[in-house]
Amino acid sequence: MSDLTKLTIAAARDGLAKGDFSSRELTAAHITAMTASKPLNAYITETPEQAVDAATASDARRAKGEAGKLEGIPLAIKDLFCTKGVLTTAASHILDGFTPHYESTVTANLWGAGAVMLGKVNLDEFAMGSSNETSYYGNVVNPWRRDGDDTALVPGGSSGGSASAVASFSAMGATGTDTGGSIRQPASFTGIVGMKPTYGRCSRWGVVAFASSLDQPGPMARTVRDTAIMLESMAGFDAKDSTSVNMPVPNFEDALTGDIKGLRIGIPKEYRIDGLSDEIDALWQKGIDWLKDAGAEIVDISLPHTKYALPAYYIIAPAEASSNLARYDGVRFGLRVEGKDLNDMYASTRAEGFGDEVKRRLLIGTYALSAGYYDAYYLKAQKVRARIAEDFKQAYLSVDAILTPTAPSAAFGFGEKGDDPLEMYLNDVFTVPASLAGLPGISVPAGLSKESLPLGLQLLGKPFDEETVFRVAGVLEEAAGFTAKPTDWWRG
Amino acid sequence: MGMIIQGATGDWEVVIGLEVHAQVTTKSKLFSGASAEYGADPNSQVSFVDAAMPGMLPVINEMAVEQAVRTGLGLNAKINKFSVFDRKNYFYADLPQGYQISQFLQPIVGEGKIIIDLKDGETREIGITRLHLEQDAGKSLHDQHPSQTFVDLNRSGVPLMEIVSEPDMRSPEEAAAYVKKLRSIVRYLGTCDGNMEEGSMRADVNVSVRKPGDAYGTRCEMKNINSVRFMQQAIIYEANRQVDILEAGGTVDQETRLYDPDKGETRSMRSKEEAHDYRYFPDPDLLPLEFDDAFIKRISETLPELPDDKKARFISELGLSAYDAGVLVTEKEVADYFEAVAEGRDAKLAANWVIGELFGNLNRTGKDLSESPVGANALGELIDLIKDGTISNRIAKEVFEEMFDTGKAAGDIVEEKGLKQVSDTGAIEAAIDAVIAANPDKVAEYRDGKDKLFGFFMGQVMKATQGKANPGVVTQILKPKLDQ
Repeated sequence: MSDLTKLTIAAARDGLAKGDFSSRELTAAHITAMTASKPLNAYITETPEQAVDAATASDARRAKGEAGKLEGIPLAIKDLFCTKGVLTTAASHILDGFTPHYESTVTANLWGAGAVMLGKVNLDEFAMGSSNETSYYGNVVNPWRRDGDDTALVPGGSSGGSASAVASFSAMGATGTDTGGSIRQPASFTGIVGMKPTYGRCSRWGVVAFASSLDQPGPMARTVRDTAIMLESMAGFDAKDSTSVNMPVPNFEDALTGDIKGLRIGIPKEYRIDGLSDEIDALWQKGIDWLKDAGAEIVDISLPHTKYALPAYYIIAPAEASSNLARYDGVRFGLRVEGKDLNDMYASTRAEGFGDEVKRRLLIGTYALSAGYYDAYYLKAQKVRARIAEDFKQAYLSVDAILTPTAPSAAFGFGEKGDDPLEMYLNDVFTVPASLAGLPGISVPAGLSKESLPLGLQLLGKPFDEETVFRVAGVLEEAAGFTAKPTDWWRG
Repeated sequence: MGMIIQGATGDWEVVIGLEVHAQVTTKSKLFSGASAEYGADPNSQVSFVDAAMPGMLPVINEMAVEQAVRTGLGLNAKINKFSVFDRKNYFYADLPQGYQISQFLQPIVGEGKIIIDLKDGETREIGITRLHLEQDAGKSLHDQHPSQTFVDLNRSGVPLMEIVSEPDMRSPEEAAAYVKKLRSIVRYLGTCDGNMEEGSMRADVNVSVRKPGDAYGTRCEMKNINSVRFMQQAIIYEANRQVDILEAGGTVDQETRLYDPDKGETRSMRSKEEAHDYRYFPDPDLLPLEFDDAFIKRISETLPELPDDKKARFISELGLSAYDAGVLVTEKEVADYFEAVAEGRDAKLAANWVIGELFGNLNRTGKDLSESPVGANALGELIDLIKDGTISNRIAKEVFEEMFDTGKAAGDIVEEKGLKQVSDTGAIEAAIDAVIAANPDKVAEYRDGKDKLFGFFMGQVMKATQGKANPGVVTQILKPKLDQ
């Protein structure tokens, strides 16, 4: 039998359906790959025994003719999703020993569709980061390396473990969450596909909150089709999440018609930022040409408030986080560091439990909401956010989707972004505007840098029009013909 | 009349505003499905949402929204079809989220008013600033362990209405009348049980003093007062404290103070400088609360007749005095009971019996109206017996006591005890003749002009007939016989 881990979800689905192999075999192959991927540090908690049990149950369901849409497919789950009976850490010391008594809606949907959990994957602490360097459980390593250079590279973040697991073939797909680019940017850094759905498409219930008005779960896999298959099972209205939207979930796979003739693709001039590398600019131009060749109409558009998106995001997200993370106080669960009184216990617990980046954002957010600063920071940022959303609304009067680069660079080495958090925050410059507007976006691997690292292009769509995004992404993927794989150096 | 404190520098007027926290009557909590019922075992009514477990999200309880709108309508207030839930951020062990979900800039209910009833039948209008929905916190129990604090999260997430008044009250009596009236209205509406001992209603009291005609003085807030009596004591103490400071040339500091009912004094909890910065911002887990006119209309159609309207009707249609009407409408149960008694009967007589004998016996036995052994129909039957002359008013009181103690029907008691009034002139005349014959000296004194002795003869005749003689008939026969 060929290496089952190299299959796409679509191919594995068909192979399982034809009886070429069982979910037990498919899962076992991935457990072996997961174990071998330890040098990447993608997984925080491996659950191989449960995976085997789930695969066995899946094979039994299939035998009874009760196969779901993801029947028997082994997946990795970002450790921000609460999983019943399985340690859930958010990659933070402060959640030490926290084992939820409940299952997040998105993961419950996946298990309901027959999927198998391999384990919980690493991330930036509380999803705050763009390089997966802030996890209490250590850095995640990108399976990709520069040509002829053994320097370990970041996988991007915050869904770095998800990206690394999928890119290293130790999971067929993974859940991610995207607040300002946390699915799309790591997908770009690791040569995989990452889809952030429209805000409200997937339930946030049971997902550890970072910034409630921005957080959105989504799929990460190696092809556009695989992310479409996954999203259909993840998405859906959930009465337990007041911001979940009650709309039917289409069969996203059906949207992959390969036909984009007559579709209008917007190219926003404001995304040609100063210092954009030539290779990224060239790749973007290639993307434009591919879509034009496929029959799309290319339209130059303007999103005039783009330059304010990043500062607005870095006010709003920390402000919400400063409140969302107040519940980690040592009183009811997770880490507690005793103190001489209640306030001392709070201070000691949070000082020890949170890492530097989380503390930085909680301080920024607390400041931005403080009396006397609220209007100047939080309220102003919300006004900017409304303008940015309006920019997109105007643009979508004349285009059906928007094409941009996903990130301003390829994956970089650990510590290379230096001590300046602002430099790190710039990683999100192309992903943040759509997050603020709540729009769907996907990163598709489109080429290699001169150092042979993957680079992604981003497609953005109208609210709840993931279908068009998938359709165009499928054409882009086909045209790019991205087939490069990382060498499996980590297997030693 | 407002409360005036006479100081060395002249008269001081007291200005009072109240923030009443009323627990909304609902089955479940404001943002979770856990029961909101009082008195369960600690931590037995706590959902993952109430305990603020990671990833848990609030979902608004529609019943709580309806109840807030219903209350707003009952307070003649503006209903805001668009309102926003905000987070009020602070750390405390019994606040699991680290924030309370409340409404800050855009509450569900805006300006309204309450008519308060004062002692002499006078009424005053007190402005309502706003009503908003918010979550209650849990409860810290400091007395369960020598060195540790226990936390009970049963109350965490229970829906509260915070009802804020204008600083329109000028005396402790007015503040008390306000709380009583508010309690009466929410109980009529069924939106809060008004139980202050169980904490279903508690008040934050803002007090300041000023020279009449001056601008408002600096206020102090006394938190979480859960009895009307303590509230009045706290106001009196606090107003005098402020006057003493001002008259001594000092200034009142704006601060939060605690009223200690054991010592009868207020003391500083935290100053304005130490006040929390709550960092309010709209809760991103919740959409703004929006509803339409049809929603409001549907609720307004279910509104009961409220105490002010009922009182006016009792006065104008039933001819009751303002005082009696006011007493009868305070509690809806009492008003309903009275109306059932008065139905097709003499309303004034019914009012006298409810307020006099019924309340008296309930007080005597420490019972609630709901526990009364005498139902409205039973009391009505008793009144019917008085009206048709079967028994006298005096006998009726005895019968009522018997009814109250045994639960028997009035007719049965009259029958069993042979209490039927005697109007048979023959029997009465015989009794009168016997009394006259037995008291020749008294008869002589009466005929010499000592008119007052008529009462003596009446009493003797009633005694001889065990009180059953119809007093009217006795008078008719006795008078001519004595005057002969």
